Amino acid sequence: MSRETMEYDVVIVGGGPSGLTTAIRLKQLNSELNICLLEKASEIGAHILSGNVFETRALDELIPGWKELNSPIKTKVTKEKFLFLGKNKSLSWPTWLLPAVQKNHKNYIISLANLCRWLAEQAEALGVEIFPGFPASEILYNDDGSVKGVATQDMGLDKEGNKKDSYEPGIDLVGKVTVFAEGCRGHLGKQLINKFELDKGKDPQQYGIGFKEIWEVDEKNHEVGMVMHTAGWPLDKNTYGGSFIYHAENKQVFLGYVIGLDYKNPYLSPFDEFQRFKTHPAIRKIIEGGKRISYGARALIEGGFQSLPKMFMPGALLVGCDAGTLNMPKIKGSHTAMKSGMIAAETIDEHFKLKKDLSIFEEKFKNSWVYDELYKARNVKPSFSWGLILGIIFTGIDQILFRGRMPFTLKHKHADHETLKPANEMPKIEYPKPDNVITFDKTSSVYLTGTNHADNQPVHLKLKDPHLPISYTLEKFDEPAQRYCPVGVYEVQNENNVQKFVINSQNCIHCKTCDIKEPSQNITWVTPEGGGGPKYGNM
Amino acid sequence: MKILVAVKRVIDYNVQIRVKEDNTGVVTDNVKMSTNPPDDNAIEEAVKIKEAGKATEVVAVSIGEEKAQETVRKALAVGADRGILVKTDGVIEPLAVSKLLQKIVEKEKPDLVFMGKQAIDDDCNQTGQMLSALLNWPQATFASKIEIKDSKLEVTREIDEGLETIEINVPAIVTCDLRLNEPRYASLPNIMKAKKKPIEQLNASDLGVDITPRIEQVKVEEPPKRKAGIKVTSVAELVQKLKNEAKVI
Repeated sequence: MSRETMEYDVVIVGGGPSGLTTAIRLKQLNSELNICLLEKASEIGAHILSGNVFETRALDELIPGWKELNSPIKTKVTKEKFLFLGKNKSLSWPTWLLPAVQKNHKNYIISLANLCRWLAEQAEALGVEIFPGFPASEILYNDDGSVKGVATQDMGLDKEGNKKDSYEPGIDLVGKVTVFAEGCRGHLGKQLINKFELDKGKDPQQYGIGFKEIWEVDEKNHEVGMVMHTAGWPLDKNTYGGSFIYHAENKQVFLGYVIGLDYKNPYLSPFDEFQRFKTHPAIRKIIEGGKRISYGARALIEGGFQSLPKMFMPGALLVGCDAGTLNMPKIKGSHTAMKSGMIAAETIDEHFKLKKDLSIFEEKFKNSWVYDELYKARNVKPSFSWGLILGIIFTGIDQILFRGRMPFTLKHKHADHETLKPANEMPKIEYPKPDNVITFDKTSSVYLTGTNHADNQPVHLKLKDPHLPISYTLEKFDEPAQRYCPVGVYEVQNENNVQKFVINSQNCIHCKTCDIKEPSQNITWVTPEGGGGPKYGNM
Repeated sequence: MKILVAVKRVIDYNVQIRVKEDNTGVVTDNVKMSTNPPDDNAIEEAVKIKEAGKATEVVAVSIGEEKAQETVRKALAVGADRGILVKTDGVIEPLAVSKLLQKIVEKEKPDLVFMGKQAIDDDCNQTGQMLSALLNWPQATFASKIEIKDSKLEVTREIDEGLETIEINVPAIVTCDLRLNEPRYASLPNIMKAKKKPIEQLNASDLGVDITPRIEQVKVEEPPKRKAGIKVTSVAELVQKLKNEAKVI
């Protein structure tokens, strides 16, 4: 069966903040444009997970009247705290000593998933065609090598790839320009970066894994508008990470933990570090007596300025964290992702109207505040490779005294898949058992994500070499996939004394951590059937 | 032959249901909604019958809030010809739904009415049966196979003892089971086409049906938590526990 083709002026891949902003801005500039936006989740917002303390700068520019448009941005930040945690103690860091990038008094505590749902309504009102449940699985190229568009995923294939009765072939979506806005480690964005060598001369990209739980807490422990961050325990001083605790509306607390994926010990389990973190007296007292109502995890960009690839190529643009526009010291990427989408839209508009090349994106980006922000933030994350204490001292000097304008740029030396040390050189870590009150296991957590993939479909986590997990990765690194996966997709099972690597792909929540951290880059995340994956509510 | 298919908008089956703190119902804000799964089977079967040349038109109807339009639109995307949305606010019980459907049937004059065997939200399993009584039409419930034989229907039903095959006269009501067929995916071009198909909007109040709830809901509670299991050290201990604690042997 040959595929059908649909033609558009602009095809956008991904319904997160950058993709939706691109669509809205394009329609504002030229209402005649035919724009379609594909989203792999069953609905807009269902695969969005973020803290989120939101800086409105980009939204103020995009939709100046957002306050009057019933937007889900309601809870203003009223109070801030930064704690250094020891095992049982905590030390409060005075907020006046925080670098300006970490001050949040003008910002809002929001659910980014809900903001995306609202942005999608704005986009649809402008005439953008949004298709949730349709993953873009493949890039289409013109004969001259430029990007032609994308193909959507075939639906109704069985495990072996044979057509079932319900088989529905994907279709070719051809765009004069295609915008890739898949978020961190997009599987098409990754191919484009390779093919067009967009990261040539850049440092390797750096990632983190972020966890988030939503808790409904006791009224007496809830302070609407309170924003708290922590560093320190339970991570050792050589592992980069920290937590966020945001008191949102309706007695909800957004509680999360981010760990740099450049960690070295293969025995480290990011999930269990997060669970253990909640047992600290300073944290426990907030959630004790409350109820966990949501759980999820997602990889995020940490590389910043040094790792940001070129964002244009023939026929296409890369926006948001599909490229990597998150501002790490600010712990924010939504406003920068949105701004990059606006710049993409303005580029495309000039490309159509004035026949300008898409490469004008670069100049526009350099002249924007996003570039300025990322430039000033560039030295913070690499300085933490010297450990927590030196990182803090350096960051203080860099951010408070020099305001990010030191005359040099520190490098990211390694990609995250290169940093693991062999298991026999590293200490084993014993994690406490979950108590099912404050801490939980992966099984009960994955249940809360609502994730599902129709069972009889091809496995969407591909192994380049199916023997490698047992013959090499288990032997050398004690197969860390068992621990870095936040929902237990990967297991090593012992069957009659034969070790077997099992992939429970139906549990996958599309966080992309395996695609990033696997030491031999043996795991490739590809799109499953449309609508699969988590069903996040207000994450 | 014309087929009317009733579809309901419910919380998606993958979503973990959360009870509201005040025990008045379940949380629906920012929760993914979908078509009631057996209703998808009902639509699929109607479209298949039309594709086989045995029906001329498939009309999808939904009763509920404004957003139930998405559910009708989904039915149109997989092959229904046109849609009807009967707008209501708040809780609507199976009897009220049946009465509204009766009015739609009187207006549309279909030969067959299909719907799911029950909705996964309230698990009532009443609407099809009540509609059958109101219209005085024969019914076939829990259908896992439907064959059209001239002006009769041969329906295989899933019952506790196995499969039961019955023959009923048309016009008739059929409620569909999940094993009836495998619902197709809506393709992108068909979703586009569905946007242009007509959906007639009606208000429940215009149909002259009293939809006031007749049941008072006392409270909604979460099921009790299951206790954690324990490991026993010997068969003897297991037997002793089964006898004295569980009291099952």
